[in-house]
Amino acid sequence: MSLVEHHTLFRRILRSRWASPVLLLALWELGSRSGLIPTRTLAAPSAVVETLLAMIVSGELPANLLISFGRAAFGLAIGVTVGVVLGLVAGLSRAGEVAVDPLMQIKRTIPVVALSPLFIVWFGIGETPKIALIAFATLFPVYLNLFNGIRGVDPRLLDAARSFGLNQRELIWHVILPGALPSLLVGLRYSLSIAVILLVIAEQINASAGLGYLINNARDFMRTDVIVVCLMVYAVIGLGADYAVRLIERRALAWRPNLVEA
Amino acid sequence: MDARKSLSLVVNSYEPAPESMPVPVPVPVLTPVPAESTVRLRGFSRSFGANRIIEDLDLDIAPGEFVALLGRSGSGKTTLLRTLAGLDDVEGQDVRVPKSRAVVFQDARLLPWKRVWRNVALGLRGDDARARAEAALVEVGLAHRLDAWPLTLSGGEAQRTALARALVRAPELLLLDEPFAALDALTRIKMHQLVMALWRKHRPAVLMVTHDVDEAIALADRVLVLDAGVIIAEERIAALRGERTASVRPLRSRLLGHLGVDAPEGTYADAIANTKPGEA
Repeated sequence: MSLVEHHTLFRRILRSRWASPVLLLALWELGSRSGLIPTRTLAAPSAVVETLLAMIVSGELPANLLISFGRAAFGLAIGVTVGVVLGLVAGLSRAGEVAVDPLMQIKRTIPVVALSPLFIVWFGIGETPKIALIAFATLFPVYLNLFNGIRGVDPRLLDAARSFGLNQRELIWHVILPGALPSLLVGLRYSLSIAVILLVIAEQINASAGLGYLINNARDFMRTDVIVVCLMVYAVIGLGADYAVRLIERRALAWRPNLVEA
Repeated sequence: MDARKSLSLVVNSYEPAPESMPVPVPVPVLTPVPAESTVRLRGFSRSFGANRIIEDLDLDIAPGEFVALLGRSGSGKTTLLRTLAGLDDVEGQDVRVPKSRAVVFQDARLLPWKRVWRNVALGLRGDDARARAEAALVEVGLAHRLDAWPLTLSGGEAQRTALARALVRAPELLLLDEPFAALDALTRIKMHQLVMALWRKHRPAVLMVTHDVDEAIALADRVLVLDAGVIIAEERIAALRGERTASVRPLRSRLLGHLGVDAPEGTYADAIANTKPGEA
């Protein structure tokens, strides 16, 4: 390898977006190996990977991940459904707006997390309060974005469709709902990230299974490697959720020019 | 009685076509007994708050007649067109428009989330909706764009789609709301030719709103000038399409005069030649 080639390779590494994270990992590993970072403070990356593999092989991680995923999915499904229904009711009729919107605005002022004591009183410490918290928190972004999406549909398109004899039901189906879909998907994306946050919080409530349970257990035994593994899994869930919405967008919003040309 | 003769009988017409001329293209065939007009407005008024937009307006459009409506911005053109399109409430007014009507807007107003043929088929009933939509698109020269997304169309293609969407309904009344204003000059020529061809074939009554005096003279049987909600001028063009060059000069100047533009007689090339700064 000539000196020039060496030089360009070095430059390319410097410019790569991977360079700094990899460097950080290397420093972290070095710190752990040299004893600068004690294991009880933070486990070494290599130890984390080892633990991860062991937890996968033993079935501990998949089983608990499935439980956490189920909670998030169930809560999200309820929240999104209720949000869509309320968004449609408020968006499509003035009477619905008057009835629903003030309640939603009041709901918005209450931090959902602050409701968890009340939910525990109501629903105990089983699965119900966890799912209820996620559902309650994910409802609002869907509602708000769908409502705004419906009200933001281009009135000129509505005029045109009306001039071609579409009735109210057809207007909603052919013009209003497709027009509001991009906003709804934005809301869905917010809801997904909120669902992951609420999952973490909800699982701090006396969980006997799931990722939160693993983390709480690991905290008690100062197993920083397990904690880091669980954090990584949370991150992967978040990424996966985002990817899912992108996939939906690519299919549902295929008509958008930036996607058409891609 | 032939159609040209009947046209030349009405007021305000000039330059009657010579009797011996062969008829190169079909002209509106008016039945001997005056047919019931397609559009009939009597004493139509519309106001928003204290703002009177249209004042006591009478309007008739005969079946198959091509009427151009000129007017400055704010003259009430759009309001009148919305009324004819059935977009505004006309309760208690003497307004008769056919049920079968279609609008082509200046901005094509295609639904971006529906492919071109679905836009044309919008609101059509029956199993053959797709076949009819595709036939209409073929007719406007868009056979190759049936499955395109509207946002990928050029301005001319979008307006062709909008035309197909209107024609597929076989309307008795076709409303054109400045449909060519946003197109480039060359595309506009092609669209004018297309509209003429389609009108000759399907013979709807047409009301075309426009700012463009030349466009009005080229396409219409009759030109109306709307100002502050009142029709202040009506010109019937008796000369056949294709033979209007001579009559354009004085007519153009008259129509521009009604619109508040002081232009000498002649075509556009000469009309703006001698304006001094401050006069325009």
